[in-house]
Parts: sequence; C-alpha cells; structure tokens
Amino acid sequence: MIWQLFWTFFKIGAFTFGSGYAMISLIEREVVDHHRWFEREEFFDQFTLAQSAPGPFSLNTAVFVGYRVGGWWGALAAVIGLVLPSFVIILMIAMYLTGFRDNEVVNAAFKGIRPCVVALIAVPCVRMIQKLNVPQILLAVAAVAVIALLGVSPVLLLMLGALLGVVLVFVEKPASGKEDTGGDTDKSPRP
Amino acid sequence: MIYLQLFLSYLKIGFFGFGGGYPMITLIHNEIVLQRGWISQAQLTDIIAVSQMTPGPIAINCATYVGYTVTGNVWGSLLATTACCLPPLTIMLLITIFYKKIRNNRFMTSALAWMRPMLVGLIAATALLFMNRETFFDWTSMVIAGVCFVAVWKKVNPIWTLIAAAVTGILIY
Repeated sequence: MIWQLFWTFFKIGAFTFGSGYAMISLIEREVVDHHRWFEREEFFDQFTLAQSAPGPFSLNTAVFVGYRVGGWWGALAAVIGLVLPSFVIILMIAMYLTGFRDNEVVNAAFKGIRPCVVALIAVPCVRMIQKLNVPQILLAVAAVAVIALLGVSPVLLLMLGALLGVVLVFVEKPASGKEDTGGDTDKSPRP
Repeated sequence: MIYLQLFLSYLKIGFFGFGGGYPMITLIHNEIVLQRGWISQAQLTDIIAVSQMTPGPIAINCATYVGYTVTGNVWGSLLATTACCLPPLTIMLLITIFYKKIRNNRFMTSALAWMRPMLVGLIAATALLFMNRETFFDWTSMVIAGVCFVAVWKKVNPIWTLIAAAVTGILIY
C-alpha cells in the first residue's frame, strides 16, 4: 500500500506541469477512480481544506490522501513520491544551466522569458481580484502599497488579515456594519 | 551557518505559504532576495520560469533551485526542499486528523476569507517589484509581457506561453 501511494504520487509529480490546479483531475482519476481510496464527494471535501492550508496544495493533497490510506508512513511516502521527480529534474537543471549562463542563446531566451513571468504572476492576481468584494479590494490595494512602497513583511500582512477575519466574526452581527469595519480596521495597523 | 539560515528561511516560507504557488513567490522574494540577499531579482525570475516549465509544484521546485544556487551543492537543495515541505506537511496532517472539528469553524473560515485580499496584495506587489529595468529594458519586452498576459488569461497553457516567449527572445535579442 505504501509503495502504491509512493508510485501514484510519483506519477503525479512527474507528469503535472505548472499550477496545482492542473493536477486536480489527474489526482482525482488516480485516487478516486483508479484506486478507489476515496468517495468522490469526500475527496473534494478534503480537497477544499487542502486549499486553505499553507503550502502548495498538491503537497497538501498528497498528505491527506497518504494519511487516510496509510497513516503517517503513507503521508510521508506520498509526499516523497510527489517531490522526488521534480527534485531530481530541477537539480539537474540547476547544475547544468549554471554552466551555460554565459551562453548567448540561453541569455536571449531568458530575456524573452522574464516579461512572460511577470504576466504569469499578474494573471492569477487579476483573477483573484474578481472574487473579492469592495472592502476586500481596498484592503488588497493597501497591502500592495505597504509591501511595495514601505517594504513591510508579507508574513505580517497575512497574520493581520487572519486576525481581521477572526475579529470580524465577533462584530458580524449587524450585517451592514461589516463593510465599515473592514475599511477601518485596515487603516489602524498601518502606521 | 548558511545551511541553518536557509533551513529557517524555508521553514518560514512553508509555514506562511497560504494560497500555494504565486503567493509563495512573494514570500520567497521577500525572504531570499530582499532580506537575505542570497540571489538577485533577475536570478529569481529565471528560477521561477524554470520552476514553471518543469513538473511539480512551483514553490517546491523553486526551493530546490534556490537551495542549490545559494549553497552550490545538493545538500542545500535537499535542505531547502525539506524545510519548505515540513510546515505544510505538519499542518495538513493536523487538519486531516481534526478534520471534522475544524470543517465548519466560523473563525477559521472568516480568517481565511480575510487573508485572501492580503494574498492578492502580496501577488500584486510581487508583480510590481518584478517590473524593473532588468525585466522591462525596452518596448519589445513590454509587448511580450502584454501578449503573454492575454494568452494566459485566455487559458493558454503557461508552459507553451513561456516556450513561445523564450523563442521570441532568441529570435529578437
């Protein structure tokens, strides 16, 4: 069973490129349809939780599937399986590419790639903005300002956001007051 | 000593890596480039591109690459990758074990909901910080960024977009 977990996630790690979202269908097929380790509904329930935990969510998925199927060792086997293929590939590239850093073709390629990376970062950001309400957007703008201009640690902002969320549960009773609280609490911790 | 610092830095990145890949890039940028100064912004941009083009989670690929670049050997890679995975692994195990209790917890739901705007801010700040002279050195690079944005927005596979950008770079520069 442990070996099966390792192998399943090894395949997932080796053949899924880019964002974790690309992995969903592959993981679903392996875990629900092929091995029948989970009922589909239960799988997606857990999956939602995996998305809210820190870390890449393919990793979190590997943990919960691994744990449910094979306990502690199952979780470990699934994680190692997931990480191993890309670890080896990246290591090869890191070793190999450093030697070719001065190569003109490689250099030109990276000149073209860099602006593309900016676009890759910008797209999920704009997509996420569409899901926010007005006070949340204002908060996001404030966050951009303090990170980019004042150099405030992103970690601090994440903690403030979480704190704000917890505080809002207490003041949420008057539904109309919610928006105002969101704006006010955002300004006070800034200086 | 650098190994300990690398380990601690990546523990922190892993622990606060809410939202996965792209927000984690912001954390990596803040920790590795701005605070520690181990690699340059341009180096990180290249590393992100490579991490995106290779299989596996982008943040972990990034850890493997940064670990090697900073220490110059395999152990640095292994250390950074392990440190990056350790906090999510632990937290996710706890979540799985206490699954039923936290599933509909109001505090957790609300905390996570209000972390989301922060995450958006984080990613936007990173995108802005990456728009510097090294990246946008002439008008063609801006065109490349614009075209790539539209392509990815229209759900073109990011890997193909990156490969197209690389080919464009080779042809132009």
